[in-house]
Amino acid sequence: MGILELTAVELGKWIKSGRVTVEEAVQACLDQIKKAEPRVNAFVTIDEEGALCRAREVQRKIDRGELTGPLAGVPVAVKDNLCTRGLLTTCGSKMLYNFIPPYTAEAVLNLERAGAVVLGKTNMDEFAMGSTTETSAYGETRNPWNLEHVPGGSSGGSCAAVAVNECFYALGSDTGGSIRQPSSFCGVTGLKPTYGTVSRYGLVAYGSSLDQVGPVAKDVADCAAVLEAIASHDPKDSTSIKRADTRFTEALVDDVRGLRIGIPRDYFGEGLNPSVRDAILKAVEVLRQKGAVVEEFDLSLVEYAIPAYYVIASAEASSNLSRFDGVKYGYRASAYEGLHSMYKKSRSEGFGPEVKRRIMLGSFVLSSGYYDAYYLKALKTKALIKAAFDRAFASFDVIVAPASPDTAPRLGQSLCDPIQMYLGDIYTISVNLAGLPGLTVPCGTDSLGLPIGMQLIGDCFQEKKLIRAGYAFEQSRCYQGPALARELERLPKSEKQRGLSGAEEKASRAEAFGSAFKERADWMKGGSK
Amino acid sequence: MRKEYETVIGLEVHVELATKTKIFCACSTKFGGAPNTHTCPVCTGMPGSLPVLNKQVVEYALAVGLAVNCQVNQHCKFDRKNYFYPDNPQNYQISQLYLPICHDGFVEIETEGGTRRIGIHEIHMEEDAGKLIHDEWGDASLVDFNRSGVPLIEIVSEPDMRSAQEVIAYLEKLRMTIQYLGASDCRLQEGSMRADVNLSVREAGAREMGTRTEMKNLNSFKAIARAIEGERERQIEILEAGGKVIQETRRWDDNKGVSRAMRSKEDAQDYRYFPDPDLTPVEIGDDWLERIRQARPEMREEKIIRYQKEFGLPPYDADILTGWKRLADMFEETTALCGKPKEVSNWLMVEGMRLLKEQGMDGDGLSFSPKNLAGLIGLVEKNVINRTVAKAVFEEIFRSDVDPEAYVEEHGLKVVNDTDALAKAIREIIAANPQSVQDFKNGKEKAAGFIVGQTMRAMKGKADPGLVNQLVRKLLEEAK
Repeated sequence: MGILELTAVELGKWIKSGRVTVEEAVQACLDQIKKAEPRVNAFVTIDEEGALCRAREVQRKIDRGELTGPLAGVPVAVKDNLCTRGLLTTCGSKMLYNFIPPYTAEAVLNLERAGAVVLGKTNMDEFAMGSTTETSAYGETRNPWNLEHVPGGSSGGSCAAVAVNECFYALGSDTGGSIRQPSSFCGVTGLKPTYGTVSRYGLVAYGSSLDQVGPVAKDVADCAAVLEAIASHDPKDSTSIKRADTRFTEALVDDVRGLRIGIPRDYFGEGLNPSVRDAILKAVEVLRQKGAVVEEFDLSLVEYAIPAYYVIASAEASSNLSRFDGVKYGYRASAYEGLHSMYKKSRSEGFGPEVKRRIMLGSFVLSSGYYDAYYLKALKTKALIKAAFDRAFASFDVIVAPASPDTAPRLGQSLCDPIQMYLGDIYTISVNLAGLPGLTVPCGTDSLGLPIGMQLIGDCFQEKKLIRAGYAFEQSRCYQGPALARELERLPKSEKQRGLSGAEEKASRAEAFGSAFKERADWMKGGSK
Repeated sequence: MRKEYETVIGLEVHVELATKTKIFCACSTKFGGAPNTHTCPVCTGMPGSLPVLNKQVVEYALAVGLAVNCQVNQHCKFDRKNYFYPDNPQNYQISQLYLPICHDGFVEIETEGGTRRIGIHEIHMEEDAGKLIHDEWGDASLVDFNRSGVPLIEIVSEPDMRSAQEVIAYLEKLRMTIQYLGASDCRLQEGSMRADVNLSVREAGAREMGTRTEMKNLNSFKAIARAIEGERERQIEILEAGGKVIQETRRWDDNKGVSRAMRSKEDAQDYRYFPDPDLTPVEIGDDWLERIRQARPEMREEKIIRYQKEFGLPPYDADILTGWKRLADMFEETTALCGKPKEVSNWLMVEGMRLLKEQGMDGDGLSFSPKNLAGLIGLVEKNVINRTVAKAVFEEIFRSDVDPEAYVEEHGLKVVNDTDALAKAIREIIAANPQSVQDFKNGKEKAAGFIVGQTMRAMKGKADPGLVNQLVRKLLEEAK
């Protein structure tokens, strides 16, 4: 078994014992990235030079005994909406094709303190708006299980990168399911923590009251270790919460005896792909046999979650994204007459259609005369949904749900019907509205061999219950990545020896990915702009 | 014949708070740094940056609110006011709309018709914007974000004022209250206090309000008074001509004495206010509120009473001295050093106020150290210098904060009270002015005064006037 098959925590142990160096691990990832990227396109930016340099620095610290944690030296990929000092951060948008942040997001800083080596920035739906990673200005990411299918979104790049062994784990962000749904589609494990657990400082905001940063990894143990590293009370984020119970790895116990599991009937009825339903119920049966108490119940209000979510998230987004105006950083139209023309042209040309759709929706629901009818009502609905969960958690420790009604759709299938795409978020968005933690673990595949994920939902601050349930389930199966990951690994290294800093290779695909790609490639070459 | 009209005025006053750091980040609020040097990712609206509320802002806002008799929203929130403009890096201003920190207060002002109560609708906290500099030569505008995120409170009055005089009295009252609290220096010229005037007119006795306009760009009390007169006349002329006043925002040009329309209500923007999700609600517990209440410093009215009681000052003195926080501080600190309240009061009120007026400054302009004024009073007390010299020395203290003792020594200004030297000088003057001696003989008292004056001049003002007077009379008698 090559090192790429290891989990993050396993690699950490190998590095600690000297069985492999940090540089070797980073180089292995970079080699895999070289082979995988032309097919998967999980990254927007690859920082080959920076990663190798950092690898040597981390190795020295490990050797000196300054870094002893489980993630020391383990390579990570970071979603491109988390600011990284000195490293391009585009949010998958042409609007930020040239934005190099002067600071690093707190979650990434926490990882760096734990000895992580950042390989690069992963692709995503533009400003995290989308469920397929097709709305990125830098081309769609493909699902490593079947390249004709989407990886899900918006953290599709992070999930695909983990699935295809381009990195050992990744950071994603989840506003309405953006970690849990693509984790399900890519057959990896993803955790959305309780709102306020991970600092949002440096996370480019989409829906501020819903956004959370979380781990994407190969298994629950890795997720627990990463969450333990990134959870922190950050005085720079007013919504950050001081928690005393962040030793999440303590919950990695194979024991679910007495754990009360609730199955909401409303989540397993019409609209759910039967193979998804069967796989999840089979997984629940595994937990039941291990001693969990399983019971069905009615969650209620399920049908109100989608409208409430799209009103709140779009309203916040319309305001959050107003700072992208061509004045201070990012894209500015090349020809304009006066201030308003500059605003209009820069934003018209810089944002893609899905982002514009949500800005318009958000501006509408906040406008005078509509505020009460839409935004205020959505906030009330949000409170009612939270109350419904509170009632449920009086009886259950964990609620089991699908992460998506279906497995990964084919490329191009979702964007032609945005409403249908929004409806796909039905099982994930209530969790954000209520601020709850949610964990997706792979639990099977459909007839096409596409992965199915089981979503475990917990009450606020009950990540440990999710980790315990997920871990116990996981012990009953062994992690299997997509065949592509192993095929690529077996390819001789020499087959794809191309420049990696992104420019040349990706510029050659500029035509396919439209003008944003070319803008960025030209700019990276220090070109004409 | 023109009808009788009543003017109805409400004010929106922005006050820049005296915090050391900005409202949502740790950047300095200092005035006058090189462009964009007092900035960080938060106050320049970088993606991913987040605001964190400066508690001192809440405390100042509470202090002001309590001082003007407001109710406090102990659970208050920040809202985003969305509009695009380059001086506003996020393209939204963090302000308070739905739950402002204070509401429903009042202040009392003294008018010709007696004490009047002016209602305060609300006080809310918000952030200031940056500054745009239009490049006259290049085809560009430059943005300086040093001011971006400087904390402000906006004090919104009820439409309770009826004249420019009342408006000035209200503003003076706010200024003094806020200065005494230390919440702001409230300088109109420097923009740390700004007032927008909402004004309408209606026929005397009418109950319905007229259509109002909002006047901006008022940089001094005088400009405010002129703008009010101008706008009142403009509206009355429109109504008298059978027209209708349009609800709009106007900009006052104080040089030309006219205003021009900026935007009408029709083009008023929809600010799409909503609660800022990046900030948690501000919870103001009873104990916090009580601490602010307890920490309230002595206010003007209390000082006026105490100055009369403790220092025996006349009410007039107490009133003038407390008109500016700086002046009152100067008085108290100097008195503490020299123990002569009436002396201190006289110097500040007579010479101090005269020099301030000459320089076009107000009571905030005093910048010398109390130690030097106390020193000067001591020199006069000990008869080291006479009053004429003392006035000159005071001017030096006022201008350059000199140490009076060193200054007097250096410039040889000590009183001459050497009887022989004075007598010699007087004899010479008497000898040179036989006519005066003759007049004195004829009973003209004034003649003695003339000789005294000549002597003082000869001694360059440094002679002890009492001693000179005494010697002149004695020598004139001798010369009879």
